Order: sequence, then C-alpha cells, then structure tokens
Amino acid sequence: MNHNQRDWEVHPPYLYPDYKSTVFRAPSKPLIPMKHTLSESTGPVYGQDSVGQFDNDLTKNGIRNGEPLGERIVVSGRILDIDGRPIKNTLVEIWQANAAGRYIHKVDQHNAPLDPNFFGGGRCVTDENGRYTFMTIKPGAYPWGNHPNAWRPNHIHFSLFGSNITNRLVTQMYFPGDPLLQYDPIYQGVPEKARHLLVSQFDLSLTQPDFALGYNFDIVLRGHNATPFENQ
Amino acid sequence: MTQTPSQTVGPYFAYGLSPQQYLYNHTSIASGNLRTSSTQGEPITIKGRVLDGQGNAIPDAMIEIWQADAKGQYNPTDSDFKGFGRFGTGTDPEAQFIFQTIKPASVDGQAPHITVVVFMRGLLTHAYTRLYFSDETTENQKDIILNTVPEERKNTLIAQRQETPEGIVYQWDIVMQGEQETVFFDV
Ligand SMILES: [Fe+3]
Repeated sequence: MNHNQRDWEVHPPYLYPDYKSTVFRAPSKPLIPMKHTLSESTGPVYGQDSVGQFDNDLTKNGIRNGEPLGERIVVSGRILDIDGRPIKNTLVEIWQANAAGRYIHKVDQHNAPLDPNFFGGGRCVTDENGRYTFMTIKPGAYPWGNHPNAWRPNHIHFSLFGSNITNRLVTQMYFPGDPLLQYDPIYQGVPEKARHLLVSQFDLSLTQPDFALGYNFDIVLRGHNATPFENQ
Repeated sequence: MTQTPSQTVGPYFAYGLSPQQYLYNHTSIASGNLRTSSTQGEPITIKGRVLDGQGNAIPDAMIEIWQADAKGQYNPTDSDFKGFGRFGTGTDPEAQFIFQTIKPASVDGQAPHITVVVFMRGLLTHAYTRLYFSDETTENQKDIILNTVPEERKNTLIAQRQETPEGIVYQWDIVMQGEQETVFFDV
C-alpha cells in the first residue's frame, strides 16, 4: 500500500448491515483506483482567521443566561500524518450532544432537555506541534432507531482537513470504558484491530484542578508529501 | 503510525459543519457559494440530488467540492476565490445540493473537473468522486482519470449543461447504488 492511500484495513467498509442505513446507501460497485494528480495533492487551507474567540470553548460559545450543565472536560490531542509528523495550522471542527444526550438539531426528537446555554459546535486550529484543545461538556449517550433499545455511546464528532483533500477525515471520539461500545454498530463497523484508535484516554496532565477532567485523543491522517503521479 | 478510522458524519452534522446554511446562530467556514461578483471566470450553478438504492433523494447528505479557479490554479493567492464549498441536502425542498461557483480551467492537462467528497448518515467512510462538464467532449476524451473508468460508466461523472433564465446550470445527480451508480474512486 502506498502510504498516501486509504488503509482499508482500518476504515469501516461501506456496507455494514448491522448499521441499517448502510444497506441502501453503500456504493455497491468496486471503487476505481485513482492516481493522485494536483487535484488530490492540494486542499483548502483554513488558518487562525477562520476561528473566532470562543470557538474552541463550548462551555462559553453558546451561553445565553448562565453556564451549561454537565461535567466540564478538556479534550486535546495531536493531529499527525502517517509518518508521525505533526500537522500544524490545520482546522479541527467538532460537534456533539449536550450532557443529557440531546442535539440542538431540529431533526433530533430525543426526549431529553435542551440546554439553553450549550450550542455543541466548535472549531480550532492546531498549533506548531499539531496540538488542538477544546473545553467542553461531556456528551450524554442517546437512543437511536437502528434496532430495539439502541444507544449511541458518548461521543464527539470530529472533522479534519489535513494537508490536502485526500487527508479529509470525519470521525468520532469515544470515551474509555464505555459499556455501550460493544453494542454500537457504528463503532463495531471499524475493523477490530483499529477500534481502540477511536477511544480517547483519560489524561491527568490535561485536567484542570478544581475545574475539569482531561481526555487525550490523537488523530493520524494520511501522508502529506504526495507527488503528482507518483503511483504511476 | 496507523490511520485513524473514519466514522459516519451522522444525521446531526448541520450545526457543526454548515450552521449558517441551516440558520443556526454560528458562523460557517464554507458554504454553497464560492464566488463573488468579482470572481473571474464563467459563473455556473451546480445542482443535483443524492439518490439511495431505492431511488429516494437523501436529505441528510453533505457534499463538499474542491476545484481550481478560472486560471487552473488551486488556492490562488491573488483572489477571493477559495475553491472549497460545502452544502447539506437538508435545506432544499427537493433535497438538492446547490453550488454557486465558476467553471474551473484545465489543470495539469486534465479536462476541467471538480473533486467531490460525499458524506451522509449511513456512510461510514466518505466517498470521493469527480464532476466533469458535458460541453468539454474533446477534453473529456483525453482525460487520464476519466479514461480509467469503464466506457459505459463515464456518463455518471458528467454534469449536463443547461442554459436557464437564472444562468448556466450543470445538473448532476450522485447515485449511491444500482445500474446508474456513480463512479467512486479509491483516492
Ligand atoms: Fe452523534
């Protein structure tokens, strides 16, 4: 495998019938291999100017009349390429449910309270060491309609750009020891050997004394030195 | 190092990734509108639906596009054209994606094209495809990527040019499964 290609031994397959929505949405014909051209070795660049003052603090960016409810947490980690080099100045976008397991999205009809002081979306740009840091509230688990008594484990959605469009990644971060992981077809859709890569680690050094617990979640994207036509 | 596995964008991406389009009180980094009145090039609109294996339009997909400008440059430093767009299919009554952009010029001797990235609930890993233009027959015939696609499937990558009272519209559906399944690439 060329190191700029997607590693299908770690990514979930398109068709994973336990996750019912894949059945009519998964491409059914084989993917056609594509050589990387300039169109694949470039990508959008979003730097500090795309981030506002409280964008990385979800405990503040939705405040209307008080503090959001729930357990404050720091979520931090490094964005690395496949060779372990930090990807600096790259945009990280996140979104999540509130402490009660409810999204503000209009489609979310889960019978749990909205929090008037929690929006649940944020973004930041990695520093010189490829590190990002968010302050947020630990998201609650929530039910969904995939199968009887189905619950999503606590999770935060992540969206990454990396250094070109082939580095694009949307994923979810989970929490250590969550008993729902074994029942979740979205998590279980990942090949077994790679599942642990989606579980954050409790990290005492990231905690803020008397204020918030800390979790570390590193993310590895593909290579960033693609030379056009190098796969020929 | 091992790549971090992908996960679905889920049904609730809108307020995280395209809040302005969905009228949430938060800024967006990108939208379906890539141009301004001063952007060089031919203004075009790209429109289409994302269809599932039963022929239904998918209302919780998110489409991203990445393209060169009218001079064939990516990330041009001298203009306000970013080349990146993002649109969720949940705000249009027909679940269409709609991009207001300009027609890109040829890059690297390839036919003019746009890179398209497809996300949705039910798709555990995003899918890559490309959009080509129906009025570029000669260029399309020579294109090195298009020529890796079986002849009978090439049409799934070609957006149809229409002249409408609102301007030039390229119509292009993304079909996830079946006879007319769009070609997706292992990029
Ligand atoms: Fe979720």
